[in-house]
Order: sequence, then structure tokens, then C-alpha cells
Amino acid sequence: MAVLVLAEHNNVALGGSTLNAVSAALEIGGDIDILVAGLDCSEVAKSASGINGIRKVICADSSCYAHSLAEDLASLIVKIAGDYEHFLAAATTTGKNVMPRVAALLDVGQISDIISVLSPDTFTRPIYAGNIIATVQATDDKKVITVRTTGFDAASETGGTAVIEMIEAAAESGLATFISEELTKSDRPELAAANIIVSGGRGMGSGENFSIIEALADKLGAAVGASRAAVDAGYVPNDYQVGQTGKVVAPDLYIAIGISGAIQHLAGMKDSKVIVAINKDEEAPIFGVADYGLVGDLFKEVPAMVEALDD
Amino acid sequence: MKILVAVKRAIDYNVKARPKSDGSGVELANVKMSMNPFDEIAVEEAIRIQEAEATTETVAVSIGVKQCQETLRTAMAMGVDRGILVETEEDVQPLAVAQALKAIVDKEQPDLVLLGKQAIDDDSNQVGQMLSALLGWSQGTFACGVELKGNSLVSVRREVDGGIQTLDLKMPAVITSDLRLNEPRYVKLPNIMKAKKKQLDTFTPDELGVDLASRIKVLTVSEPPVREGGVKVEDVNQLIDKLRNQAKVI
Repeated sequence: MAVLVLAEHNNVALGGSTLNAVSAALEIGGDIDILVAGLDCSEVAKSASGINGIRKVICADSSCYAHSLAEDLASLIVKIAGDYEHFLAAATTTGKNVMPRVAALLDVGQISDIISVLSPDTFTRPIYAGNIIATVQATDDKKVITVRTTGFDAASETGGTAVIEMIEAAAESGLATFISEELTKSDRPELAAANIIVSGGRGMGSGENFSIIEALADKLGAAVGASRAAVDAGYVPNDYQVGQTGKVVAPDLYIAIGISGAIQHLAGMKDSKVIVAINKDEEAPIFGVADYGLVGDLFKEVPAMVEALDD
Repeated sequence: MKILVAVKRAIDYNVKARPKSDGSGVELANVKMSMNPFDEIAVEEAIRIQEAEATTETVAVSIGVKQCQETLRTAMAMGVDRGILVETEEDVQPLAVAQALKAIVDKEQPDLVLLGKQAIDDDSNQVGQMLSALLGWSQGTFACGVELKGNSLVSVRREVDGGIQTLDLKMPAVITSDLRLNEPRYVKLPNIMKAKKKQLDTFTPDELGVDLASRIKVLTVSEPPVREGGVKVEDVNQLIDKLRNQAKVI
């Protein structure tokens, strides 16, 4: 039995979500290989080879993998599918884009967003925006799976001594052409990897007012997030969004500011270890899940908190 | 130009889903059902393309029980020209839906297929990608912008984890809509009346030669552990004290 894990990366560094997918693979068991497909991605392959518990790293270096396009990645995975029984990727926008395509080409079902491994063919996954947990069993020989990163701890990045095996690229599909990427630049930690997240909602009132959130985040070394309402209102870019349709996070501390707590937002953060809510409406549903609630005007309380943290 | 848009009848987004008491599935008896919100966005996008290019034909497809006719009528009331129902009482999973859609694509030969990026019931986020694979087409998932570049190319802006990615796709292509692609229109009463007269064809899976068998067994469904609310603090000093000394997270 062998598991193939698709590495998430930007050709320079291995994405942290890969480590969570490897943890899920370790729970499934068997030999675990990592596929690194990219352009000039040898550093990524080297990092992957250090992950504890890996048998080998398979590396395909070609311009057609430079931007992780689904058409080309899926045909590469199918080409090397051979004896693998499980195919895993983190449930990131890349994993979600590629893995259903792999499953369809292999003529098997796909299981999205697993949060636990009960046996090599049985998993749990959230449905209905996390309001229900389904226990599902794959009946196909090959199992194609995406892994919700908050469900699994990161595997250790060190201790592994896997060999790196270079393979030829599959035939280029030519179906899609990468044109451009506008990535949000920030010195703060990534949402998915942060230990602390400070998020703002509609209550912020404007994009400029997010500077209050940023001040608190910088004081705590935290990432900045937002509710769907704040993104829809244009206060911040879409990649800030925490929630069922945005990013699902589970930091040690989540501070929700001016966020009422719509179901779809709660679905994205309710597995956080400690939740703090600051909101002027004491009836806001966010207080129903918050460990510590502060009823008050965020424009007064948040700067006061920044100041108090200085002491 | 012909656009096929797939619509799913799903539990209304305002309804809180609950497991059946025996845990065998989700309670759907007497629960309000509506068009999956992401599919509504896909329908809106199809109509906008049609409004910009008058020669475009739009066709909505749904796969499921007889009541999916209502979902198709909603799409037609929004402006879609006609509807196709693949009627089945079976619980259809993403691969089966993709196979049924492929059969309809083979019949209709559209230039574009638009779908929601995921359904808000099973949250799978698979059908568009699977359909694209079965057809050997290009795919533009999580779209927040769609722009036709002549008859053979479509530019898609995609919401990805780090920001926005733009791809040019060779047509025919499959595109799945994200939340911010557009804001779907409200349906006006006269259009609901008009939609009743639009063409709606029904096929069985047998007629299309597709096998809708499940590949994934749902063993049980249950509610997640409930998170209890905690305490209210008086002021920021008390909050910081709790975070430092009780929760020990800062």
C-alpha cells in the first residue's frame, strides 16, 4: 500500500499545508511519497525530502507546472498513479482545483476536506458548513482525498532522508495559459499558519479603520483576517476571508472584532483553541462561541487593548 | 455561442441542517429547498453574457428528483432560455453528476459550462473539475471575473489562497463561480409566469446511458461537538489578564 501526497509550493518554498496532508497520510499508513511538480523547484524537493516519515520525493521540473495548473498536474498524477492506493492533497485552492480532476480521470469518487482518518478507507468530513459531520467510506480501489489542514497537526519537517527521484513531465495540455497573479503582500504571518489571528467584520465600517486591527495584530505578532461581510463591503481583499467559503483556520487565539458571528464565519474559525469577541451588540451570536467576550465599542476597546499590551 | 449552466436543488441557505434521529442522513422532510447560491451566481453570469451577446443561447440543467423542475423554472425566470432535467430518485454524488452532465454536453455541444464552485449541502467542490476532466476541457474554478476574448478564448480571474490569479482558457471550457463573481438578480413576477411556458425536457439516466451508482458510502451523520460560550469580561485589562494568565495564549 502506498500514498502519494501532492506538495503545495510556489517553486521556492514548500507550503506548510503539505505537512498537514502528510500527517493524514501517516495516519492512513503505508509508504508515503511526495510529488513536487514545478519549475526550478529543487529547493522545494529538498525540503520535502527532509519531512519525517517519507519514502521518496518524486520531482517533475517543467515550465508547464510553474503555476500548478490543474489540467497539467492532474495528467501527471494520473501518469504515475500506478500502484498508489491513496492520493492526498491539502484542501487549499490548489488541492481543490486538482484532485477532483485526478479522481474523474481515474474513474473514482473523491472525498473532500477530511478532518480525521478512522481507517484507510473511512474518514470524517464536515458538510453543511460544518453543521454536520459525515462519516464516509470510499468503495473505489483508489482513494482521492483532500485534507482540511486544521484537522491534522503538521508533520515534522526534519528527520527525513528521502531520496529525490526526477521524472519526466507528462505531455503538456495547452488548455490553459497563466496570465498573471496579484498576490497580497504582507509582513504578517499567513492566515493558515498563524498562532494568533485578529479578524475584523462589518463593524469596522471602512477599509481605513482596519488599521486598528492591524495595530493589534502587529502588537501580538498575529495575522489579519476578516468576515465575508467585510470582504463583500470592499474593506479588505478576498484572501483575508475566514469562513466556510474562505479559509478555515484553527489558531491558538482568534480575536473577532466587530464580527456578529454568522454561521458561515463560525464554520471557518470555531475550532480555534481560544476565541475572543469584541462587539457592541451583546446579543451577537459570536458571544455564543467566545471564551472571552467584551461588550463595547471596538473603536475605543481595541486601541485601549493595544495600549494596555504595552504595559 | 451556447452556454450550459448546471443548477442544484439544495437545502435553503437560511435553514440549519440537522441529522435524522437515526443518524442515517440529513433531515430533508418539510425543509425549505432552493437553488444552491453558487449556482445562482453561475446562472446570473450566463444571462449577463447572453445580454452582452444577443446570439447566445442559455440552457439550465439539473440532476435529481422531480422537484428539481422548480429549480430549473427559477433559472428560466432569471432569464435562461430552456431547461433539462435528468430525473432520478437516487442520491447522486459528484462523479455521477459530472457523468450525467457530460452526457448532456455531448448532446448540446455548448461553448461554455458554468456551475457553482460547490453546493452548500455536501460542500464537495468537485463537479466542475470532474466534468472538465471527463470532457478533456480547460477549467477555471473559483471565478470572480469572466471575460470572453473572441470565440475561442475566455479570461478567468480566480480567487486563490494568496490573492487573485488570471488564466486564459481555450474554449470550450468549464467555469465555476465564486461568491464575488456577481450579484444575482431578483426574479420578477411576470418572468415567473413567462418561465412556465419555456421548454423543459426530461431524461432518465438510462436514456443518457449513465450509471449514477454511489462511490462513497455515507455511514453516519452527526452534529459536531457544541462549543460552549465562555465568560464576559469587564474591560480590556481583565481580558489581557485572562489571556495571559488563564488561557496562556499571549
